[in-house]
Amino acid sequence: MTRLAVENLTVRLPRGADRELAIEDVSLSLDAGEILCVVGESGSGKSVTASAVMGLLAPGLSVVSGAMRLSGEDLLAKAPEEWRRLRGRRVAMVFQEPMTALNPLMTVGRQIGEMWQVHLNLDAASVERRALAALREVNLPDPEGVLRAYPHELSGGQRQRVMIAMALALEPEVLICDEPTTALDVTTQAQVLALIRDLQRRHGTAVLFITHDFGVVAEIADRVAVMQHGRVVEQGTAREVLTAPRHDYTRALLAAVPGVAAPAPRDLSSDRVLEVRGLTKTYASRGLFRRRKPVRALDAVSVALRRGATLGVVGESGSGKSTLARCVVGLLGADGGEIMIGGAPLPKRRREAARLVQMVFQDPYASLNPRRSAGAQVAQGPIAAGTPRAEAMAEARRLFGLVGLDPEAVTRYPHEFSGGQRQRIGIARALAMKPEVLVADEPVSALDVSVQAQVLALLRELQSRLGLSILFITHDLRVAAQLCDEVVVMRDGVVEEAGPIGRVFAAPERPYTRSLIEAIPGRALLGV
Amino acid sequence: MRALRAYLRSPAAVIGSLLVLAVVAMALTAPLFYPGDPLGLAGRPLQWPGQNPRFPLGTDPSGRDIAAQIFHGARISLLIGFVATSIAVCIGIAIGALAGFYGGAADTALMRVTEAFQTLPNFLLLLVLVAVFGSTMGTVTVAIGLVSWPPVARLTRAEFLTLRTRDFVQACRVQGLSDAHLILREILPNALPPVIVYASVVMAVAILLESALAFLQLSDPNVPSWGNLIGLGRNVLRAEWYVSAIPGVAILLTILGVSLVGQGLNDALNPRLASGR
Repeated sequence: MTRLAVENLTVRLPRGADRELAIEDVSLSLDAGEILCVVGESGSGKSVTASAVMGLLAPGLSVVSGAMRLSGEDLLAKAPEEWRRLRGRRVAMVFQEPMTALNPLMTVGRQIGEMWQVHLNLDAASVERRALAALREVNLPDPEGVLRAYPHELSGGQRQRVMIAMALALEPEVLICDEPTTALDVTTQAQVLALIRDLQRRHGTAVLFITHDFGVVAEIADRVAVMQHGRVVEQGTAREVLTAPRHDYTRALLAAVPGVAAPAPRDLSSDRVLEVRGLTKTYASRGLFRRRKPVRALDAVSVALRRGATLGVVGESGSGKSTLARCVVGLLGADGGEIMIGGAPLPKRRREAARLVQMVFQDPYASLNPRRSAGAQVAQGPIAAGTPRAEAMAEARRLFGLVGLDPEAVTRYPHEFSGGQRQRIGIARALAMKPEVLVADEPVSALDVSVQAQVLALLRELQSRLGLSILFITHDLRVAAQLCDEVVVMRDGVVEEAGPIGRVFAAPERPYTRSLIEAIPGRALLGV
Repeated sequence: MRALRAYLRSPAAVIGSLLVLAVVAMALTAPLFYPGDPLGLAGRPLQWPGQNPRFPLGTDPSGRDIAAQIFHGARISLLIGFVATSIAVCIGIAIGALAGFYGGAADTALMRVTEAFQTLPNFLLLLVLVAVFGSTMGTVTVAIGLVSWPPVARLTRAEFLTLRTRDFVQACRVQGLSDAHLILREILPNALPPVIVYASVVMAVAILLESALAFLQLSDPNVPSWGNLIGLGRNVLRAEWYVSAIPGVAILLTILGVSLVGQGLNDALNPRLASGR
């Protein structure tokens, strides 16, 4: 039986947007007890589709034509009042960011309880009983404690479980999940995906699952719809689409999904260009009245990067990998241990350190100054170091060419570039200083999968041309496998395991490393 | 350019700009229309507006032309507005930028100074400064600037606190750029829009402060300011109310104009509001 039918839906964007229609002629159908994954890159219209189904289109967006039916009822004819009764009760949603989707000033118990109070008018005692049952169903440890906890007291994965419990509280016919695991660590993601699958089977809910990650699709989907530029380009069962894609775009997306099979090992130099020995960093407790336990972000961490090689540092959030990166470039001072670059300790002075280490940042939108031209931001480092302006600008043009941008684009401003292009500018900016060591802190995790593959290819090519030594920080083991020669697995500020990447991935010594590898989504179906 | 177009789309901003331009035009044309000394005796005192075609806005209790004083007073109001605002904004940005960028002890010290200024009502402080240093036009303007900077400093500090941790600033640190470069070239341009918007508030308040001083006859009596004229009309407020009302309306319209410009700038420079429409 069809729970949700979207027929030839077309939604218009406000005037002045980069295209006229957000989604065009989109048809989807979702049966009871089925998970339909809508996959696409950013700007493909997958989230607009989800918000249209919830009746929550952003202001300025309007439905031009088409129809939406929930168990046969026409949704487009609903008045706002009717929508409100529908939402939560018959159609529920789980959002990407569980912190911002929960009210920070209300306990979890009250937020879940609101659902029954508003929709069913239950009394306090039965609300609490139901809330407890709901929390138990999503496998939260200590449900009584969680009931009285505030959102900030829970971890990201726990918050997402609370969101799922809330969404399922009234047994909706359709559950919409908008990238529910994107903000989570890989092991947590695997658990949450298993939970959604399990609950959906038990309740027979129809799930519309929005994601950009084919690994997640492979884990959870019954059927798949691939979207590009607001159109559904391919639709079919998960097995069909993943193993025998018919559309070129689907094939390109699948080809861009990185595998965990490490490339053949290269001969590595024995010269250690970067050596970190016993590095310790503690974030002290702050404040007069609230004493928190000091956090050991790095606890006697020792790593070594060989000249011309790439050392991957992988770990989940809170493992200390970003703290390590920031200590190595001198943005954070360490409490103990030493950082040696080319045999000498990292200089304290910013200008001297700049010639030795450079960094590529995670967020291509935040790491460029919106008010200065791209070329000026690449050239400013060498200019400050004493290179004449004209020479530095000529070098900036050459670097733009090197990273695959138009050299004439140096005069343009950051907003005129796409995310992938901005990341190329960030790489050019780092290379302008001709550093001994390049630290890349999650340089591709904010990018779409096809752009990700391009930037990784660029880094690989630059490494072979310029003999770069790269310290590569990532949470994604698949990305690490693309580029790294050696890998360090970190957990809670401690190095769990280190070694050549082929050996670590093929035969992990520590159970933690094994659990990370096993949690990579889509291993079974994609055969990676 | 996009900001300019967004600015001109807002009717409030256009009205505000027209009002401010009108005041600027009055200030510029004052010597053309009223070449003589506006404070010189012109005719019989306390003539009502329209009574005598030579004095379209009438004369004050000393027999001076009110229209001439309004035109020349526009120069004084604008001068005080711009100069005092510049002083306040410069001090405020300098203190806020240093406190926000360096944080820690520098922040604590500079913010305590700012709070010390803020705990005193700024009009009282202004009275003290004028009482101590005298009430020439120059000292009054500087004094108004000196009492108006603390909110600018707090605003700038807040912007710097969030901007200094942004990745693009960190990237510049990694590139080995100096603190001066980080503050002036990287952070300040991004911190300016809210400060510019707030400057319009400072300007409106500066004009009002001068009028309030003049009303108490503590401003420079040798210049034809609108506040002085209101002060002169105080004694005849019940019978010849127009003496105070005419400069009062002039002040009202100027402040309205400046405030509308500020609001228009806020809408145009704040990308979140601009994209919402």
